Amino acid sequence: MDYLIRFSQSHETFRLPEIEALALLEGVDLKVISYSLDSPFCIVRLPSEDAARRLIRRSILTMSIHELWAHGPDLTAVHSAVKRDTGHLWPRYRTCSFKFSIDSYQGSRGSDAKVRIIESFSYLGFEGPIVMRGADEEFVLFEDWPFNASRLGIPEPNYFYFGRFLGGGARDLPKKLDLKKRRYISTTSMDAELALVTANLALAGPGKLVYDPFVGTGSFPIACAQFGALTFGSDIDGRSIRGDSKKRTLRANFEQYGLLAGLGGMFTADLTNSPVRRTALRYDGDGVTGRIFDAVVCDPPYGVREGLKVLGVRDPEKSLGVELRGKEMYKNPDFIPPKKPFSFLAMLDTILQFSAQTLVDNGRLSFWMPTANDEDQEIPVPTHPYLEIVSGLDDSSHTAASPTPKWTRRP
Amino acid sequence: MKVLTLNFLTCAVKSCKTSVDSFPLHPKDAELVSDDVELNPQLLVNLLPRIDWNALRTTATELGFPTLPEQPPTPEELQADEKMLQDLHKLLMETQISEGKLVCGACGHEYAVREGIANFLLPSHLV
Repeated sequence: MDYLIRFSQSHETFRLPEIEALALLEGVDLKVISYSLDSPFCIVRLPSEDAARRLIRRSILTMSIHELWAHGPDLTAVHSAVKRDTGHLWPRYRTCSFKFSIDSYQGSRGSDAKVRIIESFSYLGFEGPIVMRGADEEFVLFEDWPFNASRLGIPEPNYFYFGRFLGGGARDLPKKLDLKKRRYISTTSMDAELALVTANLALAGPGKLVYDPFVGTGSFPIACAQFGALTFGSDIDGRSIRGDSKKRTLRANFEQYGLLAGLGGMFTADLTNSPVRRTALRYDGDGVTGRIFDAVVCDPPYGVREGLKVLGVRDPEKSLGVELRGKEMYKNPDFIPPKKPFSFLAMLDTILQFSAQTLVDNGRLSFWMPTANDEDQEIPVPTHPYLEIVSGLDDSSHTAASPTPKWTRRP
Repeated sequence: MKVLTLNFLTCAVKSCKTSVDSFPLHPKDAELVSDDVELNPQLLVNLLPRIDWNALRTTATELGFPTLPEQPPTPEELQADEKMLQDLHKLLMETQISEGKLVCGACGHEYAVREGIANFLLPSHLV
């Protein structure tokens, strides 16, 4: 059976990868029949109604999924397809309460026109009560209008889809985790919607372990914990984790959302001198390898709003004094170790190497990176012999236009 | 910091990575607190293959918990053993080091734990 996904028309390049990740996560056999970045309508083939509901229940970029009864370039085509293909379904909905609605993308119609169109479906023979809220079944006619249709005086949409509503996505979650209402954020906290999409791409879920080596105020771990994962994180600046040690802390954010069960552990550390236990790189395929994480998820500092720093001194010969002072002072509880600037490209390699050493087989690395440097030269997506690229995505709405490439650990 | 997290962490000094003595880190002057966390059997089963059992035995003993069996349970054994689930849950998920130090058995470096957050930053001469 074919189903219609009604996407939100935002972060378009992330929509299909998110659905594909969710298909993997839910064990649903998904075949995409038609999809375009310019349209919020996507036709997919799925084994069952139940699979359709499960596929999108935690999708951030999907509004709803529908059993597709018919589609076509005009209403006449839709009606003849409904009559030709779905007659056997009509009796099932003869007596239940129902609702009929029209969803016009990039267009609108007056209520008279809407009523006329809805009444043109009267041959379906539904006799149950019409209920606007909480109807047993909801039938939706989708209209795909050309851009700017009303101003250009275009009278009819380009395309129609007609289907029965099955279930909604998780469009409420970005509101729940909205940064505007979060107790503790910083200038670089990741937008809730994008953090949730990243968590979906990373296949975060119950029983999974996720690690963010640039945790900041915890946006990614919170999004992953929302989906049931146990989360870990570190930051070279411990103050970002500790906050004001009272109400505004990373832990308080987990508390605010009732997600404390998903808070594994946070610590202060530098990824180039990481304390995380790692195993030697090898292909073994036995599944038991001492590797720890199901996903590494992060938004490393690119050096725009935050300088990228790691432990060490910039010029060891000139800074001999600094190092000697450190040698004497480092046991002092207030000692702050010196840091030096680090190249973003070297950090990318560090992230990939770390992930290859700590991800379980088929574990995922999902992170944000700028597509170009200050001189507008393209930064290529890095590669690693033990990691396979699942998708590289572009999102121009994010600061500095970042794709989020995603890797999976080769077994 | 949970005992579970401690099982994932070793000395941050690069020259210690090859030394067997650098893992697990040894708690020193550790203040323990216990958080109420809901038992999640599936999570514990998933954790099993990622835990270094020998290191966990050492940590359990050092923190004054009853000695763990020499061999880790299999996933099936763990699922069937309510007491083992409870014990591991208490040790791994509920017990936290709130203040104290973590000491590397190889180089002797001490990492401070404050407000439950351990600090693994190193001075320049150890980087």
